[in-house]
Amino acid sequence: MSVTREEVAKIASLARIRMDDAALDRMVPELNNILDWVEQLGEVDTSTVAPMTAVIPQAQRLRDDVVDADPKTGGGRREDVLANAPAAEHGFYGVPKVIE
Amino acid sequence: MTDLTNLGVKQIRDGVASGDFTAREVAESFNAAVEAAASLNAFIVTTPDHALDAADKADADRAAGKDLGKMAGVPIGMKDLFATNGTQTTAASHILEGFVPPYESTVSQNLWDAGAGMLGKLNLDQFAMGSSNETSYFGNVASPWRKEGSNAAMSPGGSSGGSSAAVAARIAPAATGTDTGGSIRQPAAFTGICGIKPTYGRCSRWGVVAFASSLDQAGPMARSVEDCAIMLEAMAGFDPKDSTSLDMPVPDWSAALDADLSGKRVGIPNEYRMDGTDQAILDVWEQGKEMLRDAGAEIVDVGLPHTKYALPAYYIIAPAEASSNLARYDGVRYGLRDLPDPGSASGAGGLQDMYAATREVGFGDEVKRRILIGTYVLSAGFYDAYYTQAQKIRTLVQRDFNDAFAKCDVILAPTTPTASFPLGSLNDDPLTMYLNDVFAVPASLAGLPAMSVPATVNEDGLPLGLQLVGPAFDEQVVLNAGLAIEQRAGFTAQPEKWW
Repeated sequence: MSVTREEVAKIASLARIRMDDAALDRMVPELNNILDWVEQLGEVDTSTVAPMTAVIPQAQRLRDDVVDADPKTGGGRREDVLANAPAAEHGFYGVPKVIE
Repeated sequence: MTDLTNLGVKQIRDGVASGDFTAREVAESFNAAVEAAASLNAFIVTTPDHALDAADKADADRAAGKDLGKMAGVPIGMKDLFATNGTQTTAASHILEGFVPPYESTVSQNLWDAGAGMLGKLNLDQFAMGSSNETSYFGNVASPWRKEGSNAAMSPGGSSGGSSAAVAARIAPAATGTDTGGSIRQPAAFTGICGIKPTYGRCSRWGVVAFASSLDQAGPMARSVEDCAIMLEAMAGFDPKDSTSLDMPVPDWSAALDADLSGKRVGIPNEYRMDGTDQAILDVWEQGKEMLRDAGAEIVDVGLPHTKYALPAYYIIAPAEASSNLARYDGVRYGLRDLPDPGSASGAGGLQDMYAATREVGFGDEVKRRILIGTYVLSAGFYDAYYTQAQKIRTLVQRDFNDAFAKCDVILAPTTPTASFPLGSLNDDPLTMYLNDVFAVPASLAGLPAMSVPATVNEDGLPLGLQLVGPAFDEQVVLNAGLAIEQRAGFTAQPEKWW
């Protein structure tokens, strides 16, 4: 299977990556090379094989339903959380205007 | 006094504990070596004060007669994929440039708790995506090794190339690495050092920048098998903050090290005899068999029939997980933000434009390539043909290993199909670059412990590694077989200092 330039542009848009014409032109043959190569997986009959869901089988662990059980991952750390924000204002994340 | 930078983890720890030298002297020696090796570009940032503070604490604890940790007085390099509280963590990307975590990864915290200090944050392939260390936003790492009679800069391997270069150049006694499809073992092989990827789940992934969550696993890189065992004991352990963390005790691997392999069977997978593999690699594989036979092991043939499908399956699964994991980098909560001017040709300056512009400038080409592949194979209409099929192949690869381990205790294989190559020589050819990991990826897909140990140098004077793969949870058999090779190979080659 191969992808067209339009399809790559669509994938880039789905992935939220802006790509100019030159970048798209470079990416199309590269993606097609890789996709051609992974096509060989189709040679393997997997009709009776279950897809892997966990590489090391483990029972799912659930944490206790307790607020702030771990102070590092609980709430109340607004300053830490906002410390790396590119545009923090009034204790919130600033974003471009979404609604006119 | 001998040059302290020639010492490894165990020698430093024991020397500090017995008072042969102080931890501060060790930290000062390595800090100076790091500073003098800037031309390797192994570090993105250096943290000499962190190393000195940890050293002073180790020296004070010793003076006070307190128990010293497993890594007390040992300054290490930390791959810049581990979040370090108060120290910039970038995953070698522009999008995280300047990001200073307000938390510490579990693995790095475990190491500090064991008495280690940090020399700095080590360069890597961007988001750990690469096999040559040429995708970092902060420039290539140069291997300390060069071909005999040549000044060409060589690849230290990837993605843990800053780690491998620093340990091989003796500017760090040991370093952390992470391995998604071979990123500890391949760089270890390229630079003549040891590195082990433990069983998936041994080391917590909490606070490690995620690439492909079902594959990512941290491990140590050092100059001896024993140093790797000691450091892995310090890194590993159950972590309730990582839902895939193994809830099992950490064995005392270093105390149980034993190179006597009597009664052990070593499996040789003939599917690893692939076209394009250097004759020197095939030769050293033969020598490896002899070494393990000499250590008392019986050599048996095993079949891993789906080996050739492991790499293409990996290049569906890893990008699929990466495209999902890297969706978090959107310019809102942390990292870079690029906001197009309203009314410009490139966008209206809205939220969607901000996401797209931020990710365009924030990610490198290889990262974008993998995000696009991942987005494609997960998209409606292609999910089953690509992703589900790859996960089924993964089941078959794991089944192959399970069948093989019914016949043997540990598998011996080459680590890489070739020795290191000059930087820049494979840049235009992503697929050929991917083939570097052809021998490393199968164990990653199956979640198994696997190690590379240096075995010899080729005719150009470049190191070649041998790989040992064990059953899940059995790091010990991997380390023991690695030790048997280390003792017999007598690998003492060192890069000639040019930096």
